[in-house]
Amino acid sequence: MAEQAILSARDLDFFYGAAQALRHITLDIPAGRVTALIGPSGCGKSTFLRTINRMNDLVPGTRMAGSLTFQGQEIYAPGLDVTALRRRVGMVFQKPNPFPMSIYDNVAYGPRTHGERRRARLDELVETSLRAAAIWEEVRDRLKKSALGLSGGQQQRLCIARALAVEPEVLLMDEATSALDPISTARIEDLIGSLKERYTIVMVTHNMQQALRVSDRTAFFLSGELVEFSPTERLFSMPRDQRTEDYITGRFG
Amino acid sequence: MDANLSRRAWNLLAKLALWLSAAATCALLLVVIGYIFLRGAPGLSWELLTTQESILRGTMGILPSILNTLYVVLVSLALVLPLGVGAAVYLTEYAKNRRLAWAVEFAAETLSGIPSILYALVGVILFCNALGLQKTLLAGSLTLVIMTLPTVIRTTQESLRTVPRSYREGALGLGAGKWRAIRTVVLPSSVDGIVTGCILTVGRVVGESAVLMYTAGLSTAMQDFSTIQGILRASGSTLTVALYVYAKERADFAIAFTIATLLLLLTGLIHLAAYLAGRLLRRR
Repeated sequence: MAEQAILSARDLDFFYGAAQALRHITLDIPAGRVTALIGPSGCGKSTFLRTINRMNDLVPGTRMAGSLTFQGQEIYAPGLDVTALRRRVGMVFQKPNPFPMSIYDNVAYGPRTHGERRRARLDELVETSLRAAAIWEEVRDRLKKSALGLSGGQQQRLCIARALAVEPEVLLMDEATSALDPISTARIEDLIGSLKERYTIVMVTHNMQQALRVSDRTAFFLSGELVEFSPTERLFSMPRDQRTEDYITGRFG
Repeated sequence: MDANLSRRAWNLLAKLALWLSAAATCALLLVVIGYIFLRGAPGLSWELLTTQESILRGTMGILPSILNTLYVVLVSLALVLPLGVGAAVYLTEYAKNRRLAWAVEFAAETLSGIPSILYALVGVILFCNALGLQKTLLAGSLTLVIMTLPTVIRTTQESLRTVPRSYREGALGLGAGKWRAIRTVVLPSSVDGIVTGCILTVGRVVGESAVLMYTAGLSTAMQDFSTIQGILRASGSTLTVALYVYAKERADFAIAFTIATLLLLLTGLIHLAAYLAGRLLRRR
């Protein structure tokens, strides 16, 4: 398999104070694919996701060891421009978090942050991003209205549009459908399928069916360790590790 | 049966006591407000509000004090707002040293409970004498800035803390720097607390007398308000101080009550503004 790795972890350790959240994680996330991170609560899957765009920096007293590279560049290198990294590695959060401003301003927030002032370019970015997030038709007539008036599912697709508007290369999704109803969840799963042609997607999910439905690769985390990382179908049909089998057959979790 | 009866009796008694204290409170307030209005309202006239006192013309006006009040409010707000909001943002969002931040917050908390006459003392020593500002609207405003700073810091901090973490994460996740996230997402979301703090400040400034008596002057005559410098250097009484001057030094109670009525109306308006602003900003 000659897939190109866009993100590579080598012996990655991560600590919250004295507590070790990740142990010697080594994996290569292929470009242009959907990679799912699964595992029970507290297994480190969200921590791993949040190391990729250094969102863990917000938590005081964290520390990492080992190596984590994005296109060959060390993510935790001293002096790395975190804002530039986050521009290339977008994130969608567990709970929809639109800003209390208009739909248009939400989507334009990222581009404006990175210096885009041209009105025509912003208009274009807002429309293409909302189209890519499959919400354009629902909001095209109310772009100037507050984003807080949207339903939860719409808000989450707006947040996806907002993340896409900065034209990232990687999209991290942290249980992005767990706060949504089944219909909204299905729409976002469809959306992920259409986005993977242009983006590398890394998603944390506690829903194994979801991982099976939308991902190409699945990584199973347990107690801060990476137990198994395989093509999704193989991981779910013939897991190599007994712990993986126990987890996916529902023996614990 | 017996127990039931006594329970009902106690219930009734308790209810009566509570009703009485509520009624007494209302009655006291109504009497105070009513008395002030009864004695002061007849004196309210257009002439009073738009002229100054003149022995030659035999007219009575309090325009100088109204203007003094307005200018003290404006100067104080213009200084305390950036200082207070800035300090609150630093303490809540930036301060790495939690101990130091806690110490500052504790100091602010303590300062907000100090009787204002102590601020007057500090103002006289620091601004009027040491900095040579004399008794001027500027010295008065600066002293009030120190006095109201804790309130502005606290209301802003409280409001910053209610901004969901997810807003900050969302902005940072899009590549915004910390300051940009604060300026574009966090501060706009806490504008209701900041506005409330401002209005409370205006209320305290309008109501303050001890500080201004010693730092801003007692004159009720018109000052030169034609330039900003003139305003800052003017020495004169605000409405509350004028009330004291008329009642205490000239025993002119009619005018004192009229000023009291005006202050009551002003205070009512300020509180109404705070309430409306809070409601309007929260609904967005």
